[in-house]
Amino acid sequence: MKLILDISFSSFATGIHEWLVGAIHSEGLVKVIEMVIAGLALLVFLVPLCFFLGYMERKVAAFMQVRLGPNRVGPKGSLQIVADTVKLLFKEGLTPNASDKFLFNLAPVIVVVTSMLVMAPIAFAKNFQIWDISIGVLYVSSISSIAVIGILMAGWSSNNKYSLLGAMRSGAQIVSYELSVGLSLISIVILAGSLRMSDIVMSQENGWWIFKGHIPVLISFVIFLIASTAEINRAPFDLAEAEQELTAGFHTEYSGMKFAMFLLAEYINLFVVSAIAATLFLGGWMPFHIGHWHTFNFVMDYIPSSIWFLGKTFAIIFIIMQFRWTFPRLRVDQLLTLEWKYLLPISMVNVILVTVMAIMGWHF
Amino acid sequence: MSLLGEDIVTEDGEFVINIGPQHPSTHGVLHLKVWLDGETIKRIQPHLGYIHRSIEKMSESLSYRNFIYATSRMDYLSAHINNQACALCVEKGLQVEVPDRAKAIRILMAELTRLSSHQLWWGCTGLDLGAVTPFFYAFRERESIMAIMEETCGARLTQNYCVPGGVMYDIHPNFRSRVKDTLKQIRSKFTEYEEILTGNVIFEQRTKGVGYISAEDAISFGCTGPTARGSGVSCDIRKLYPYDGYEKLQFKEILEQGGDCYARYMVRMAEMKQSVFIIEQLIDNIPEGEFQAKTKMVLKLPKGEFYQRVETARGELGVYIVSDGAASPYRIKYRSPNFSNLSALEKMATGTKIGDLVAIMSTIDLVIPDVDR
Repeated sequence: MKLILDISFSSFATGIHEWLVGAIHSEGLVKVIEMVIAGLALLVFLVPLCFFLGYMERKVAAFMQVRLGPNRVGPKGSLQIVADTVKLLFKEGLTPNASDKFLFNLAPVIVVVTSMLVMAPIAFAKNFQIWDISIGVLYVSSISSIAVIGILMAGWSSNNKYSLLGAMRSGAQIVSYELSVGLSLISIVILAGSLRMSDIVMSQENGWWIFKGHIPVLISFVIFLIASTAEINRAPFDLAEAEQELTAGFHTEYSGMKFAMFLLAEYINLFVVSAIAATLFLGGWMPFHIGHWHTFNFVMDYIPSSIWFLGKTFAIIFIIMQFRWTFPRLRVDQLLTLEWKYLLPISMVNVILVTVMAIMGWHF
Repeated sequence: MSLLGEDIVTEDGEFVINIGPQHPSTHGVLHLKVWLDGETIKRIQPHLGYIHRSIEKMSESLSYRNFIYATSRMDYLSAHINNQACALCVEKGLQVEVPDRAKAIRILMAELTRLSSHQLWWGCTGLDLGAVTPFFYAFRERESIMAIMEETCGARLTQNYCVPGGVMYDIHPNFRSRVKDTLKQIRSKFTEYEEILTGNVIFEQRTKGVGYISAEDAISFGCTGPTARGSGVSCDIRKLYPYDGYEKLQFKEILEQGGDCYARYMVRMAEMKQSVFIIEQLIDNIPEGEFQAKTKMVLKLPKGEFYQRVETARGELGVYIVSDGAASPYRIKYRSPNFSNLSALEKMATGTKIGDLVAIMSTIDLVIPDVDR
């Protein structure tokens, strides 16, 4: 079972590739067609994923808030989010008269597209990756920072004071927290010795980095969780859309599908961040292995790698969702204080520790 | 020329935004005009009148029995205490002796009202600071108090239970057991409240040292209730000018010296416990007897001026009646706690951030219909 699942992804892709090459005889065209197929497959995967995340968020919130959550539409309320999406689709997408119409309509597209682009180097299972680019980690951190342009664009072009304030907050926030995210990613890159996602996963064959890397990796994992929660604008760092202060922040003026796109991007980002944390710190699709316990490792291998990956990712998503329903929101100056005075110095020192550890070979 | 236009930026480069009348954190139709420098607040101007219903003027054409009910719509979270203030004022004019049973019932209901009001405030404070979960926790306990209210007088929010001379009906046979059950439930949840919000690092950072007002300023702005007691001003009317038998009960006036949002928060948290304490003293000792004194069909206050003050959940409510001897008041004036407390907002919030403004507004615990009346 496990062998079929793991091999089938790559053999399926190879089969399609060979068939296309045989049918078209043009390298360039084949590449374009394959990209379109990958993109469509990603979209087909993402929409149910976002529905599920939306449903999960409501159920987690309900679980924490002593209530039931959605339970009317569909079995256990699972179709509620579909109903909501259909409602948003049919709503009029208003564009304010005084706004910059081009930028206003472009902004949600940028935000969604960047969050989808980050999906490319993520390994969903063994041999199941869209693009195993050699600079995987660098690619992820550079593409994800484009999203702030979309948010700033949305805030500026809406011609609304709340939107502008929200966008400015978001700009300051994402640019600062990017540093900590980058530094905690680097600590794993140093240990694994590669930026390529598949290499990083393979380097955890005899144990995940969070167990192998002693306390420094644990510290960078915690910093990554905090900083990436801030980077995807989720509570307690949701200052850009702080409902009680700025009504809805940068997307105050958006409605209908354009608003839904911001929501979509939020959930994709949540998934991406958790997937990256799972890949770098918890071994991605790599089953739970302990050193040279071959029998144990063999048994663990029987669980399909996609289940390992999704299990780890959703565990982290669950943690990030719990943040949202537990903590009050930080103030804007406290947010920046947390980053520049605490997280950044700690992660800088931490990178040095990790480097020393990697050079001396102190990790397992 | 910016895209946003130049008219919204003042000559000093200050950014003017209107918070409200429709805004998630103003708890009603309060309109604040705020001058900002970046995120820092330079000036605040509250604009009132969006929910003015001329309750005072309206009362001049209502009888002494009827005008009480309009006050339920002032501070709707302390509806019973507002009714009590009016009833006390009319009783003062009529010189009616209220039966002990009625007094005890009034205090029980008033403290239950205070408890439910503070619980709603606690939930809203969490919500304003971005923590959504406390809101649901608070409403879980508040719901059982509301059920008691409904069983006792048929209404959940605007009780209209006080009448001149006592209360409208006797308490429900289940009252005692239900109140006891509720108190047990609430007592066990206090630690839960403190775990989720009070001890949280982010919450402490958001409230400590924010929205400071000194005792002198609190007095000069006329702040009362927990807003003033957070600055160390002793102003609990239940202690200073006891009414309806508060003098026979044991409870503490909670004072905090901090003067900031955290101090005001702690005052209310401790007051909840005091309310529970008061109810526990009374619930087994409700005197037997009449629940209402015999009064005439048409009430007529003698010519003169009458004033009664009570402690609502938000501060001192004063009822001032001028009578010319007719069946309805000549003039009525309410000294509402929220109006005075709101006036201190600018003092507290100038120089803070927008996020702090929300925290300050929620620890003043504004109810806008009480500001405007």
